Amino acid sequence: MTPIQPQQTPVSSPEDPERVAAFEARIAAGETIEPKDWMPERYRRQLVRMMSQHAHSEIVGMLPEGNWITRAPSLRRKMSLLAKVQDEAGHGLYIYCGTETLGVDRQELIEQLLTGTAKYSSIFNYPTLSWADIGAIGWLVDGAAIVNQTMLAKASYGPYARAMVRICKEENFHKRQGYEIMVTLAAGTPAQRRMAQDALDRWWWPSLMMFGPHDGQSSNSDELMRWGVKRKSNDELRQRFINLTVAQAKAIDLVIPDPQLGFDETTQDWRIGPIDWDEFWRVVKGNGPCNQERLAARRDAHADGEWVRVAAAAYAAKQAKIDSAFEAA
Amino acid sequence: MANESTTQGSRADAAEPRDSQWPLWEVFVQPPGGDPHEHAGSVHAVDAESALQNARDVYARRGEAVSIWVVRSGQITASTPEDMGPFFDPGNDKPYRHPQFYKIPRGIKV
Repeated sequence: MTPIQPQQTPVSSPEDPERVAAFEARIAAGETIEPKDWMPERYRRQLVRMMSQHAHSEIVGMLPEGNWITRAPSLRRKMSLLAKVQDEAGHGLYIYCGTETLGVDRQELIEQLLTGTAKYSSIFNYPTLSWADIGAIGWLVDGAAIVNQTMLAKASYGPYARAMVRICKEENFHKRQGYEIMVTLAAGTPAQRRMAQDALDRWWWPSLMMFGPHDGQSSNSDELMRWGVKRKSNDELRQRFINLTVAQAKAIDLVIPDPQLGFDETTQDWRIGPIDWDEFWRVVKGNGPCNQERLAARRDAHADGEWVRVAAAAYAAKQAKIDSAFEAA
Repeated sequence: MANESTTQGSRADAAEPRDSQWPLWEVFVQPPGGDPHEHAGSVHAVDAESALQNARDVYARRGEAVSIWVVRSGQITASTPEDMGPFFDPGNDKPYRHPQFYKIPRGIKV
């Protein structure tokens, strides 16, 4: 009988092959791994890495959008953008608390983000230059996230899967509000149409890169798939996203910025031209257009929130004092 | 490595997290319609009242809840996976607890 958090996995090395085999058999049988179950140290660490990166991405994802809250073109758009940014914060918290069940502290994870040692999705290192970018982010970036997260909702680790189920339910609103913005702009004045097309041109390739390197180049994929954390490969997910999105672009007469885009009759898939992986690695390694700016904004936000945390603690201490004085009386 | 195991050990034994992020609270949310409270996740908060408010903000933004419970994570006592077999065993050899155990003549609905 023990407290429910965190998991009780003893760190033993080398790991007992029989235990690992039993663990892998559980995953093969479709069982869910829970925080207190035994798990290989490598599984635990892969999950901490993947889940904390995911949580950081939700948090950093608020920044490019927050940039447009004050400039949203109508009150309706402003309300939905505010709600969306609030959701991103909530999604970050769901996943942070899922990560904590693996025996790490949220504080540590946040420090890793603020000091730049942790990664987050590279997509958020691109700037939002016009209002249409808010549409493109909802449509493409959240659209890509949904494809990814729908798969992760079946991940072998229970707390991660459950956080994803909750997130997927909410994420559809993000995608639809983004697409609605694109629909409106695409049907607007020539200048608005150009704005929509320009946003699609800039966000299309980075959103395809969100699924990660080609299967052959992805160092973690095999292991994550073997352990049922991922159920589909990067390329499979990317293809699914392309097929969904090309049709949506055509429906509003926007042009996918890829001269090599073509339909493959045999596989019923849209085929794309080569992805610029040099750019991908450049941004991953910290040299994207906004890497510095995002981290600086995040650090400032954390520092500026200090007084709120201090005030909440002081208030709680005062309440506790009053309560105990009442009890004593 | 050593670092991680220390972290785990201290977290496992302590009712309170060791850092400045405030205690961890487990959140249970009751959906409308009379279903029981269900575990939704956790929040960090300085006291019960703010835990409840954080839980409302994080887990009940779309009418998911008619009631929320928060309880300090360290206050929950739970079975361990090692208990699994023996702890839950007594049910398995008592099929007579289930309606299917009892035979009813063919064609009669009971």
